[in-house]
Amino acid sequence: MSKPLDEQTGFTLSAAGVGQIDALIRRYPTKASALMPCIWVIMDEFGHVSEAGVDFLTRKLELTRARIYEVLTFYTMFRTEPQAEYTLQVCHNISCHVMGARPVIAHLEKRLGIRLGETTPDRKFALEGVECLGACGLGPCLQLGKHLYEHLTSEKIDDLLDSLRKGVVPRADTDRESQAGGETS
Amino acid sequence: MSPSDYKILSKRFDRPDGHLLSVYEADGGYKALRMALTSLKPKEIRDVVKDAGLRGRGGAGFPTGVKWGFVPEGSEEVYFFVNADESEPGTFKDRYLLDYDPHQTLEGTIISCFAVQAKLAFIYIRGEFGWLVDRVQAAVDEAYAAGYLGKNILGSGFDLEVIVHKGAGAYICGEETGLINSVEGLKGQPKIKPPFPAVSGFLDKPTIVNNVESVASVPYIINYGAEAYKKFGTEKSCGTKLWSVSGPVKKPGVYEIPLGMAFREFFHDYLGGMVDGEELKAVIVGGSSVPVLPAAEIMNCNLDYESLANAGTMLGSGGMIVIPQSSDMVELIQVLMHFYFDESCGQCTPCREGTGWLHKIVKKLRRGEGTAADIDLLGHVCDGMAGLTICPLADAAVMPMRSFIDKFRPEFEALIQETAPAEPVSRWPRGEQE
Ligand SMILES: Cc1cc2nc3c(=O)[nH]c(=O)nc-3n(C[C@H](O)[C@H](O)[C@H](O)COP(=O)(O)O)c2cc1C
Ligand code: SF4
Ligand code: FES
Repeated sequence: MSKPLDEQTGFTLSAAGVGQIDALIRRYPTKASALMPCIWVIMDEFGHVSEAGVDFLTRKLELTRARIYEVLTFYTMFRTEPQAEYTLQVCHNISCHVMGARPVIAHLEKRLGIRLGETTPDRKFALEGVECLGACGLGPCLQLGKHLYEHLTSEKIDDLLDSLRKGVVPRADTDRESQAGGETS
Repeated sequence: MSPSDYKILSKRFDRPDGHLLSVYEADGGYKALRMALTSLKPKEIRDVVKDAGLRGRGGAGFPTGVKWGFVPEGSEEVYFFVNADESEPGTFKDRYLLDYDPHQTLEGTIISCFAVQAKLAFIYIRGEFGWLVDRVQAAVDEAYAAGYLGKNILGSGFDLEVIVHKGAGAYICGEETGLINSVEGLKGQPKIKPPFPAVSGFLDKPTIVNNVESVASVPYIINYGAEAYKKFGTEKSCGTKLWSVSGPVKKPGVYEIPLGMAFREFFHDYLGGMVDGEELKAVIVGGSSVPVLPAAEIMNCNLDYESLANAGTMLGSGGMIVIPQSSDMVELIQVLMHFYFDESCGQCTPCREGTGWLHKIVKKLRRGEGTAADIDLLGHVCDGMAGLTICPLADAAVMPMRSFIDKFRPEFEALIQETAPAEPVSRWPRGEQE
């Protein structure tokens, strides 16, 4: 659906994306302060920010390429290279560790046939170890884009992978309907 | 008092519709805002929050009303940041506040902004909470539509804009000056204080940064007054506190209890004790950055700022990590040192290099290649880091590292190979190790 908007760089952000970026620039107090949300707009559409995307931002925000790369490379969630179709980010920090992350990671590695930090040859799955996802008491947990899966077990991982292989992203534990089920005092 | 009487912040946590404006209003929501805007002066709000003894819930425990008072009188342009970066390992309470009851935090934000006369507020949500960003935005949209945000709020003449800002995966952005830099469109690297943000922060203007839970506590204080709030807690640790509990206890989760409750009572009555077959070994009580306490020590503590400080640790963020007897403490500290090494922003040599060395030396010990001198070396590296950096991240690594050795030294010593050659180890940071 996207059409070339930037003839010079060949960067093809959708009209909706360009609209969002223009709105962000109007809303934030300075152009530079709109940088992170503008990067998110591009991330959301492409999964990474290409060189052409950076050039597009330099002109939109009147920032140098160095300034944009500095930010792009500082934050772990921003990417400059295309990602695997599904990047599974499993928490390996302390709480998840004491709540059983190790066997869960081992199971993921076995089922995907790759180690933590690797991508499957067909680029369908990448497996990353990440720091605390803010689900410590609900761990072990993993994140797939905006979806958070909690209370992981081998069975739950099998279901998740089977579903993803069919191209279906299962309902996350943070989805609204499931909220009342959370453990609160 | 029964546990339900303590519920100031978590009252609507178990309601599936608690996030809706209509539910919040039916529960008396936004009454405090109306009162604040129509019958209180900014200074009166600052004073009542000061009198209530509310201390910052983000980690440092600095009195909220006092911090607000640092904004120079008559400042034209003031900014307010709600810190929802929540990336301290073990901490997951702010997400509950924003997910189950976003309007409580929003109402607190608007009142806080009025108290310091800020006209633009950012709610900085960590990037990993992508699922939460849309929900908070939905609540903000509802508040705009109802006239609680925007121009001339409730006819008071007070204007406020709120921007929900999504982070992108950097623990250090939780530090207030890193957070401000991040929103300025820079790397999230902290700045030397002073100047403190309250004097010169975002765009070099006075800026207040407060944790979600601090801000969420404000509507209750305005509604019921300082004395009512102080009924909860101890003399110096006032009010209630959310604890996020992880680890193999029967009922991990988020709990609101008055400050000062005995750990023993909380552990048995609320958490249900350990899961069957596990025994309590230790607790990191305030998020991963505070010193660990062995079971025998934590069992005699009360959960408030002073008691925990007396016991040699800190209340921190209230991220309570319960460690079972079956855990290998050296493995756990390796996990933590990896985290701090990964998250050091790299500006200060003692932090950038020190966290790396701590991680390397612990790994060496666990590979079975360590000597007794390596355990001492860990201490020396800590000496070269603590208090010597721009922000407290270096200390945040040193505190668990030192305490793990102090309290569980035999586990480190058990890894030392008697037969390994006693190589001479020069003192960090001058010489070469490993
Ligand atoms: C490395 C580091 C990480 C921090 N992370 C957070 C965080 O995730 N959330 C938070 O509220 N405060 C965090 N803080 C504390 C903030 O710098 C600041 O003190 C706090 O947000 C102030 O709010 P309060 O006074 O309401 O507690 C962090 C501090 C440091 C040094
Ligand atoms: S102490 Fe570490 S995280 Fe903090 S500013 Fe220095 S290098 Fe960065
Ligand atoms: S430690 Fe895994 S989510 Fe916090």
